[in-house]
Amino acid sequence: MTANVSTSPEPADLGGGAPPVWRRLARRRLAVLGLVIIAACVAGAVLAPWVAPHDPNEQHFDGLTIEGAPLPPGAAFWFGTDLLGRDLFSRLLFGARTSLVIGIVANGTALVIGTLVGVTAGYFRGIAGAVLMRFTDLMMAFPALLLAICLAAIFSPSLWIVAMVIAFVNWVQTARVIFTQTSSLAERDFIAAERTLGAGHGRILLRHILPHLVPTLIVWGTLGISTTVLLEAKLSYLGVGVQPPTPSWGNIIFENQTYFQTAPWLVFIPGAAILALALAFNLVGDALRDILDPTQQGRD
Amino acid sequence: MLAYVARRLIQSALILLGVSFITFLLLYVLPADPVRQIAGRSATAETVESIRRQLGLDQPFLVQYGRYLGNLVQGDFGRSYLQKTEVTDLLLSRLPATLLLMVAAILCELVIGLTLGVIAALNRGKALDNTLMLSSFVTVSAPQFVVALLLLYVFAVRLGWFPIGGYGTPAHLVLPALTLGILGSGWYSRIMRSSMLDVLRADFIRTARAKGLGRARVVLGHALPNAILPVVAMIGIDIGMFMSGIVVVESVFGWPGIGQLAWQAIQRVDIPIIMGVTLVSALAIVIGNLLADLVAPVIDPRIRIR
Repeated sequence: MTANVSTSPEPADLGGGAPPVWRRLARRRLAVLGLVIIAACVAGAVLAPWVAPHDPNEQHFDGLTIEGAPLPPGAAFWFGTDLLGRDLFSRLLFGARTSLVIGIVANGTALVIGTLVGVTAGYFRGIAGAVLMRFTDLMMAFPALLLAICLAAIFSPSLWIVAMVIAFVNWVQTARVIFTQTSSLAERDFIAAERTLGAGHGRILLRHILPHLVPTLIVWGTLGISTTVLLEAKLSYLGVGVQPPTPSWGNIIFENQTYFQTAPWLVFIPGAAILALALAFNLVGDALRDILDPTQQGRD
Repeated sequence: MLAYVARRLIQSALILLGVSFITFLLLYVLPADPVRQIAGRSATAETVESIRRQLGLDQPFLVQYGRYLGNLVQGDFGRSYLQKTEVTDLLLSRLPATLLLMVAAILCELVIGLTLGVIAALNRGKALDNTLMLSSFVTVSAPQFVVALLLLYVFAVRLGWFPIGGYGTPAHLVLPALTLGILGSGWYSRIMRSSMLDVLRADFIRTARAKGLGRARVVLGHALPNAILPVVAMIGIDIGMFMSGIVVVESVFGWPGIGQLAWQAIQRVDIPIIMGVTLVSALAIVIGNLLADLVAPVIDPRIRIR
């Protein structure tokens, strides 16, 4: 059961009070590891133009062997070069931008859609609510990746289209969780009391329902970025994600996979980057769930 | 119980109907024109129009969908635009490979996941437990195609133990099944661990211990059978997760299942095949969820049917 049933009408404390969330987060080694990885990725992405040793799209004259094969990791090119003689490390730094932008935009959109659907269905119910939830059930039965590949392949994929496609298949779980919580909140006494006092729907939703949903949204927002990063990588790997020459970790692997027997670093270094980022968001999200979700407290 | 099963069956049928409608609608409104693909680049406008008429693609949306549904009810998925084959035949020829991979993958997941989950639960709070739980996070976060390529690189390219891709012998099955098995095991090991911990706290375990039974008998004879039940009910949900990931794994390993069929069809906008694979996958997901919901109350009477 993940239904967030708090014992008091006060929403979970996110800021002040003792001890604050960030301090409890800092006590968990795995969460700290996750935060460090995320910070490194963000720093690499933001500072890419300044810290990247080379232009990510420059095809270096000395970037290939005499036979035309990519160079293994070394002093001149830290992570080696790709099959066009471009510096892999610089491409990874710029690729981090793609992963993070898609992670944040796609997941943010999915979260907004999921919240709107879940709150509408859980609070207003009625025919609209029933229709929305049946539609959500239906989306749960959709082979998500197949749908995403199909959509991405048919639209000519750009960064924003890929983000929207991912949002379109990823909002479903959020909607379900938010629906469960909202419908249990809507039946609580303090909501009935508010209504008796004459509060309108807008006030009840904004002041009393939404604040209670914030912890769940933070948890799902964090865990969801991990799913999004992996989905973007999968789409790019199949060649229907963000298109080269814009580097993304998935399309670096897509471009170089034919060389993976002779130049394995071209596949496994970006692969490790994808894994690290997805893992980091999972670790932080899991720790946040333990901290923010009262039903999880004291559990293993 | 019967009423519940009947209700769930009707619900499932409606969900499939909805999936077919939405997929059909999406493929109808999307800016990809299958007729252009069939006719080729050099085709004249008349040729394009005549193909369009032949396939009934000039009809209004609802007419097209109605006709598709009418055929579908009779088990006819239509005809591939480009391969000129019945989609039903294509699906039937590809399904055995996908099902074989599914069974092998789920077995791998269960063996790895349950074993690690039990070990973690028995060592709760110790370094081993922490390591296993961290590794379960790693498997949940690992991109399928990277793990697939890694296993290929180590066991096929370097060591040469298994073929690099393809289908036919048991050796071909090992790496794809292992890829999915490793990735899915993290999910099972977490569920198994918490299920095992719940059971180990139960009174009947204390009774068993109090009777003087050895640790092995308590764990294997009393705790394990009870802890495994809720996990078994999860296999149904796992079928859904498997189905939505097959495109990638099948394309890395050149596995001739419906995932690859779908991938080729998507690239050529072969709509009847895309529809067919989507519906078959959705059917598998729906059956999986249905099994999970129906099996759970049977194996654990404490779970009441709503």
